[in-house]
Amino acid sequence: MIVVALLVLGELSGCGRAQLQPAGPISDAERKILLDSVVIMLAIVVPTILATLGVAWWYRGSNSRARRQPDFVYSGRVELIVWSIPALVITFLGGIAWIGSHDLDPARPLPSKAAPLDIQVVSLDWKWLFIYPKLGIASVNRLVVPAGVPLRLRLTSASVWNAFWIPQLGSILYCMNGMAGTLYLEADRPGVYRGESAMISGDGFADMHFDTDAVPQHEFDAWAASTRSAGPALDDAAYRVLLQQSVPAHPYTYGSVRSGLFADIVMQRLPPGDGPRDSAPGVHPVALP
Amino acid sequence: MTLLGKLTLQAIPLNEPLPLFSGLAVVIIALAVVAWVIAKGYLPYLWREWITSVDHKRIGVMYCILAGVMLLRGFIDAIMMRTQQAMAYDAPGFLPPSHFDQVFSAHGTIMIFFVAMPFVIGLMNVVVPLQLGVRDVAFPTLNSVSFWLTAAGALLVNLSLVVGEFDKMGWLPYPPLSELAYSPGVGVDYYCWSLQISGIGTLMTGINFVTTILKLRAPGMHYTRMPMFCWTALASNLLIVAAFPVLTATLAMLLLDRYVGFHFFTDTGGGNSMMFMNLIWAWGHPEVYILALPAFGIYSEVVSTFSNKPLFGYRSMIYATMAICIISFMVWLHHFFTMGAGADVNSIFGIASMIIAVPTGVKIFNWLFTMYGGSVRFNTPMLWAIGFIVTFAIGGMTGVLLAVPPADFQLHNSLFLVAHFHNVIIGAVLFGVFAGYMYWFPKAFGFTLDERLGKWAFWLWLIGFWVAWGPGYVVGLEGMTRRLQHYDVAEWRPWLILAEVGVGIILLGILAQIAQIVVSVRTRDRRRDVTGDPWDGRNLEWSTASPPPPFNFAVLPDVTDQEPYWDMKARAREIGQLTRPEPEYEPIHMPRNSPTGFVTAFLATVTGFALIWHIWWLVLLGLVGAYATFVVFAWRDHDEELIPVEEVARLDRANRAARSAALHHRLLRRETQRETPE
Repeated sequence: MIVVALLVLGELSGCGRAQLQPAGPISDAERKILLDSVVIMLAIVVPTILATLGVAWWYRGSNSRARRQPDFVYSGRVELIVWSIPALVITFLGGIAWIGSHDLDPARPLPSKAAPLDIQVVSLDWKWLFIYPKLGIASVNRLVVPAGVPLRLRLTSASVWNAFWIPQLGSILYCMNGMAGTLYLEADRPGVYRGESAMISGDGFADMHFDTDAVPQHEFDAWAASTRSAGPALDDAAYRVLLQQSVPAHPYTYGSVRSGLFADIVMQRLPPGDGPRDSAPGVHPVALP
Repeated sequence: MTLLGKLTLQAIPLNEPLPLFSGLAVVIIALAVVAWVIAKGYLPYLWREWITSVDHKRIGVMYCILAGVMLLRGFIDAIMMRTQQAMAYDAPGFLPPSHFDQVFSAHGTIMIFFVAMPFVIGLMNVVVPLQLGVRDVAFPTLNSVSFWLTAAGALLVNLSLVVGEFDKMGWLPYPPLSELAYSPGVGVDYYCWSLQISGIGTLMTGINFVTTILKLRAPGMHYTRMPMFCWTALASNLLIVAAFPVLTATLAMLLLDRYVGFHFFTDTGGGNSMMFMNLIWAWGHPEVYILALPAFGIYSEVVSTFSNKPLFGYRSMIYATMAICIISFMVWLHHFFTMGAGADVNSIFGIASMIIAVPTGVKIFNWLFTMYGGSVRFNTPMLWAIGFIVTFAIGGMTGVLLAVPPADFQLHNSLFLVAHFHNVIIGAVLFGVFAGYMYWFPKAFGFTLDERLGKWAFWLWLIGFWVAWGPGYVVGLEGMTRRLQHYDVAEWRPWLILAEVGVGIILLGILAQIAQIVVSVRTRDRRRDVTGDPWDGRNLEWSTASPPPPFNFAVLPDVTDQEPYWDMKARAREIGQLTRPEPEYEPIHMPRNSPTGFVTAFLATVTGFALIWHIWWLVLLGLVGAYATFVVFAWRDHDEELIPVEEVARLDRANRAARSAALHHRLLRRETQRETPE
């Protein structure tokens, strides 16, 4: 009950930043599963709590009206009920879990008329690199996406684990070095959605968050064009600078990206970041290009 | 190679006032206690009666004291974390990341390994042999070694406060962050060696208790007559025996990576960090039930005693316990649904996790039906039990929610998850051990604890928990991940301040518990448990004196029923005298005290410290010393003490006299009640 009250309060208090204010089909479906499951379980949890308090109080030692049955220690009928109620609820929820897991598998393509936009995500110590392979541009700590278009994200890490998460769009997935995971997301409508890392990654972890700007397609095209005409190139040398432990002071972009960079990171042809050094700038924001 | 390995003066955080002063304060308090003990001349007594004791009751009490002290340490960490997050909205707060990260890592490690574990094992130590109607555990000296190794692990973790640093990536050090490249300091080494040492102690406890429960029971105590706490202790210790070697092996692999350049988990050179995640949770999920099952056992005892009824559905409870024991090994993957395993794998592990909710739900209903038709007394242990059912019903629900993979995709590693496991670890395990502590305290010490302060503690803990962790659920649903040293989301802040208030309320609860001990000790003469049965109990632990004599039972009880002591009392009331005539007393052999445990643990601490700092000659010295201790112990000539028959008879007669008087008093009262009309 307390939780329900808090959930309601939480829903009211959040203004557009939570899993309960979905902005995409994945998070919308996940929110539905979350709330459905809670309601199903509350249907048995709330009566159980009330019954516990009620029975304990009614059978208090001083209640002369309570009928004492000190030998009531077994009842086949009660056993049947107490085993079958939770079993039925779990069967029901298990069905939801099975179907939901398959429908919302992170690697499952989203049904859409629009072709998915490929984005390669690299978690670094302690910043996010977003590469748009088809457009040949890249962005650090700011993800710009067209609204209404499915996103096909490929996730890896250049060093330790991180977990990529945009709560309003849905599904967390780990970023791990030497591996690439696939995650489909979509923003239904334009807006700014907070993204973050859901896995501790060292001293700069708290700064591993970014804004996701979902914009209309034409604005996205304009952004891509302006990005391509400005900013430094992301080549191996620039990547090595990026690989060092640091927290960028501001988001910024690269006007071009060396082709095959992401594959080289995943296949470890570019070695992973080498962790802290004595002269490492640490978690203090540094100005990268 | 230098004489002190990596250890230099720089290891002491002279430039960081906070850890330095808190560390120094701890050292000074510890030294002051030692000095006081020596000055007062208590040292010989402590050495003879406690440090070298192999008596399961004494060892159990020492486990509980260790847990209580470590609870204070872990709770100070909790206050620091909550304060940091209450402060750090768009601000650095008072803890820099490297320190904050150590605080939450130490909090988790200490609360699980050095609070919950020793508290649960301590209560099992005190109670299980008494409930089984036997004189000690199967391997008494090994039991002492187990305890002291646990204490050695706790000591090493706390040493990291003053010398060096602790691990910075949480209570489970996931590679590659925990590999040498990303964590070159000694923090991870402190973590690993502490847990290797205490883990061996825990494994030996598991072996000891499985053997005790399977092989040593009073005559007539069949499996289906064992008290529910013994059943849950059996399940828990079976899990220890099966799971702790996995922990030891996993940490050994991580140590090989760090010390000699192996590549088990490095992600380079053919290693794979995902393997660590799988292995650590193959231990980690059963660990949850190693803690929870004995707590369920305590609730079973408490609910039955204070409802004046036998446990409802006893056999059903056994099935539920053993079902949880087995299924808990098949669910570990639910800790990382977000790793990208396919939908089939995720949903199978999700459903397996949910299935655990079935036997757990059955337990809750059976406690409910135990109260049904009973005569419920609201003593403090019973309040903890009812508070548990209410709190745990919610915590269990959020747990099942997290077992639904698509819901977990949006909750994993958020504060919602953290709120969930605090809901079950505090709401089930901690409330359980507090209930057990109140319930069995008079058995261990011979006097009851103050009820009024106990109730204060209960209400403050219950309310404090919900004020502290209700907000966790909310900010979790607002997208807050765990372990954030600072944040810039305004919506989270009011909830985090509320959580800080909750921690303050829990602090008052802990102060009430400390006051309860002080007041109860001071008024102990008024609160003596003369008969050994202060709660009108049902199982054998209440059939002997409080505190029990070293040999527990002058004559081993003859068990003919599922509730042997209740049965005995009922017959005594019928015939108006104690059921058994005074037995033919015989002298009793008891195992002799041994410093083996203490010496071994001292050497283990030295070895662990030397390994952490790469002081190889000291490692060698410690290992040789430990082996020598073992040899000396193995070559001992006599290992038993004889308790003379006069002593046995004196102690048992005193208890029989008290019980006889209480019985007559009770019968007399019943007579007068019958004569006065209602």
